[in-house]
Parts: sequence; C-alpha cells; structure tokens
Amino acid sequence: MDISKETLFDLHHRMVRIRIFEEEAGKLMESAKIPGALHLYVGEEAVAAGVMCNLSDQDQITSTHRGHGHLVAKGGDFKKMYAELYGRSTGYCGGKGGSMHISDMDLGMLGANGIVAGGPPIAMGAAFANKYKGNGNVAVAFFGDGASNEGAFHEAANMAATWKLPLVLCCENNGYGEFTPQANHQAIKDVADRAVGYGMPGVVCDGMDAVAVYEAAHEAVARARRGEGPTLLECKTYRFFDHVGIRGIGLSYRSDDEVMEWKKRDAIQAIEKRMIEVGVATAEELAAVHDRVKIEAAEAIAFGEASPWPDESTLLKDVYNND
Amino acid sequence: MAVATVIEAIRSTLDEALEADERAFILGEDVEAGGVFRVTEGLKAKHPAQVLDTPLAESSIIGVAIGAAHYGLRPIAEIQFADFIHAGFDQLCSEASRWCYRTKGDSWLPMVVRAPWGGGVHGGQHHSQSIEAFYAHLPGIKVVAPAFPADYRSLLKAAIADPNPVLFLEHKRTYRLIKQEMIGAPAETVLGRARVTRQGRDLTILAYGLMLIESLAAAETLAAEGIDCSVVDLLTLQPLDVETILESVRTTGKALIVHEDTLTGGLGGEIAALIAEHAFEFLDAPVRRLAAPDIPAMPYHHAMEAFFMPDRDKIAKAARDLAAY
Repeated sequence: MDISKETLFDLHHRMVRIRIFEEEAGKLMESAKIPGALHLYVGEEAVAAGVMCNLSDQDQITSTHRGHGHLVAKGGDFKKMYAELYGRSTGYCGGKGGSMHISDMDLGMLGANGIVAGGPPIAMGAAFANKYKGNGNVAVAFFGDGASNEGAFHEAANMAATWKLPLVLCCENNGYGEFTPQANHQAIKDVADRAVGYGMPGVVCDGMDAVAVYEAAHEAVARARRGEGPTLLECKTYRFFDHVGIRGIGLSYRSDDEVMEWKKRDAIQAIEKRMIEVGVATAEELAAVHDRVKIEAAEAIAFGEASPWPDESTLLKDVYNND
Repeated sequence: MAVATVIEAIRSTLDEALEADERAFILGEDVEAGGVFRVTEGLKAKHPAQVLDTPLAESSIIGVAIGAAHYGLRPIAEIQFADFIHAGFDQLCSEASRWCYRTKGDSWLPMVVRAPWGGGVHGGQHHSQSIEAFYAHLPGIKVVAPAFPADYRSLLKAAIADPNPVLFLEHKRTYRLIKQEMIGAPAETVLGRARVTRQGRDLTILAYGLMLIESLAAAETLAAEGIDCSVVDLLTLQPLDVETILESVRTTGKALIVHEDTLTGGLGGEIAALIAEHAFEFLDAPVRRLAAPDIPAMPYHHAMEAFFMPDRDKIAKAARDLAAY
C-alpha cells in the first residue's frame, strides 16, 4: 500500500498529540495538581493513531482504562480532557468521569472504561446499530491482552462474528496485564490466534509501527464496511511508563533492559526517521509539529486549571434522562 | 383479546411496539422460537427483522442493547431467566446505569431488559430466584415488577417509551395463572407510580408481583374477619413511589411489607426505613416485614418451596398479628 504524505503527517500528528498530552498529564499527576490515577498511553501511540486514521467521526470506538490516547487520536479536545482530569465543570464529564470515563459522543468515542473488557459488548452494540440502520459505519473496540481473558470479550467476539457485525476488535498487546507478564496470564503468544475460534480473521501487526497498524487496520475496517464481519487485529506494543503514572523503570515485574530495547523502537522517532528519509518532511517541519502541540497542551492545561469547580447542584443531576 | 393471561398481555404489547416503531427490536436466547415461556411466540414471523436470537451470552445481550440504544434503536432484551442476569450485571451496573450521569445527560439509553423472576415453579436454585434488590440498588436504572395483565401491558409500553434503562420483571408463576379482562389500548402511565389496589382502614400491605396477588387474597380472608386492609401494588421498585407508600401508611397507621426475596437486604428494609423516617408519628405499631428466610436460594422440593415462600396464609397471619398490636 502506498502511504501518502498526508497520511504520514496525519499519523505523526496524532501520535505527537498523544505523547505530549500524556507527558504533561503525567507531570500534573505526579505534582499532585490533578487527583486520581492516570494510566498513560506513552509507547503505544502507533496503535491509536494507525487505527483512528481509518475512521471518521461517525465511526465509533470503545476505549479502556488507558484511554486518553484513543480519544486524542479520535480528535479529542485537549481543553475538555485536561479540564476533566482536573475535575472541573468544563471537562468532558463535568468532573463526574475523570481519566477513566472520558467520552465524546460527537466523535463516536463511547468512553474510556475502568472495567477491563467493559467496552467490547458496547462496541458490538454500536456495530449492531450500524448494521441495523445500514449506515456504513464501523465500530472498533480497543482492549488489552489482559482483557482478552475476560468473558465479556469472548461473548462479544462470538456474537459479532455470528452476526457479521461491522466491528474491529483491536487488541493492544503490551505484554502485561497490569503487572502480570503475558506468559503468566495466557498460554498463547498471539491473542489473534483466538480469532479462529470465533470464525473471524486474526491479524498480528507491529504496534510500534504506525504505518503497519494503519495498513492492517485499513483492511480490517474495509472488511467491516463491506459487511464481511469483524476482524481480531492484534497490535504488539509496549507501555513505556508504568501501569499508573510515569516511572517506567526500576520496576519489580520487568527489567530496565527490556524497557530500553522497546524504547529503541519508539514509534514517533521511527515515523520521523522514515518521513525524513523518504523526503516528505524535514526535521524542522516535524519539530514544528511538536512545538504547536506543546502550545495546544499548555493552553488547554491553563484552561483546565482556571475552570470553575462543578457546582454541588450537579451532583444529583442526570441520574435519569430529563432529570 | 377478551380475557388475557400475563403472557398474552406481554406478547401483545411487544407486538404493538414492534409494529409501531421499526427502531424497536427484541433480542435474546431462543426468542425467535418464542422463548422458553413462549412469550415471543409468533413475533418472528410477523416482524422478521426485529426479533433476533442471540448466543447464550448475557453480558453481550445487554452490551448490544446499550450500544444500540445509544445509537437510537429501542432494544428490548430478554434474559431467559432472571437468575441468569447476573452474568450481565457488570454491563447493567457499571455501564448502563451510569451512562446518562457520566455524560452529563448528553446521552441516554432507552432500553428494556425483560426477565422472568420468582418462584413457585419448582425451578430450584437457578430458575426461581428474586433478583430485584440487587438491581433496585442501582440509581440510573428503573426496575418494574407488575402483577396483573393490564399493568404488564401499560407498564411494558411505558418501559419501552422510557428514555432510561428499565429492568422489567415478569413473575413466571403468574404467566398463565393470572388472567384479566382486557379492553382497548393499554392505559397510559409512567414508571415510578404505585397503586392502592385495595383501600382499607386497619393496616397497609405493601407488595409486588406474585406476593401482591397473595396479599389481595389474604385481604379478602381478613375482611371476612373484620380486618380491613389496604393493599398497595408497588409496581415500580426503583424509583419507589414514596408518596403513595407514605400516604397509605399514614392513613392506616400500620404497615406490613411482603416480598418473596430473602429478608436481609431485601426491599422491605428500604421501605421500612422510609416509613420510619417519614411517617413515624403516624405509626400505631412497628413496621412488619414478611419475607423469605435468609437462606442462599429457594429450594427445589415443592414442600421446601412452600416453607420458603410467603403465601396468603402466612400473610393473613402476619396481618392478623399486626392488626391486634
């Protein structure tokens, strides 16, 4: 597949937005400016960017507890995101959601999710609605290697295949279910192997290569749009940071050498090297992307910090529709 | 439809809902063939695109309903037995009940989950249980448990029209047992209202589902003895119609709450607390609860089942004691 210059810039921009959003969010968490636990997406940017480059605002996704990257890649508004992390009234959920429950229904981002494998059944429901209405939209459920052991995932995969729903099940295999290495939580190396048991294609791709993800997702999304049913797309990736927060090294459950080896494959560095080598971008142009996103982040953080707290009156609102 | 059973009332309402709105569809295990209780019998032939069999997968049945409801469809999911719904608890509790709240009211879920509940059918531990208290504990979801065919009709219609997730409980013992004259369209109603089914002076019995039927029978027996009972059909268990409950208890001064669910943590405790907090000065006796004993599940054996379940005789005895207080 020929990758256009525009697509390369698009992938790069989405990844840089994720990286900078997350690095800044991590700093805010570690300096106790924002409460709660953040599960940061740094290291896995190629997956969200590669998939989302194939989706429109009408296509839907469900996300995970490590969900900022998915919303950013889908076009999420930094201001509403940081404001939500700050717990302010201007945030995506008005302070009711926080990091793990951010959603943007206008972008078809149906929610980050604190329940592991909470998303696939809902994404399947969105895919069902797409098929029922014949609107040509596709839903993507993101989940991890750990979630692939949950019953809800198996149920959704089986049902989506049975009904040939326009769904992509995108496994972000970062090698760890929280702190447990993959080998200690499942007897397979490729989660995609499970696809055969559901009667759908299983595809493995390099989740550190945004172009590889883009191409694999392109086919899976196209297949779904053609009405041929779901694909289990597994992206091999790595979490540079810890399960929660920033510190990614000096951990008991993985070696620093392993982290360093994966960092050599940093997806943003890789795509920048490629873009310069094939002559579609200069180092200066790419640096300018980072600079612009840094300004976007700084402005959004200032917006979040300056936003008002939620009013107590909102606590009891919206328990039911029309409350 | 002159005289209708509960089953017929539900079926006709579903039929009308599918006919009226192509966004409405039924999904569940074996629903195309009519389901194990034959509630959906004939609907597949009449509405082929709107009645869909699912795999045995409760979590995903509810997940499909969530996603489809969010995108403008009107899913009516059937869980084959209420006992099986716990496999989908996470989707109802962690996702559906919080959807509207989390999105600041920007998004909501017009979905219904129907489930046959309750005992008296020798179903044993996994086909007889009362599950309402688990789900009535979830603000964001509405829980409905009618008793009479006409109420099944009007409340199911209201549940399908409601913009929120509704758990619609159908007492399986009453499916063919309870019949009622049905004339014309279902009465217009909304969820969240109880009804004083029988007006009396001496005490108030509060119940729902099969226990409402049994309570009315007990009230007839007691009337012959000169004890005049009000009987309130709760109809909606979440949110409770607090005003109707309190108004009746304030009038009679005595309350007997009856449910077939086990005692501890059952809805009776919540209702008793409401009465204690808001009608204490009107009480002439302690609030009384009649519920199943605190054992893990309704047993299978018919005699054991009868020991377990409250019935008209046990209700009459409890009411007699309360009246004499």
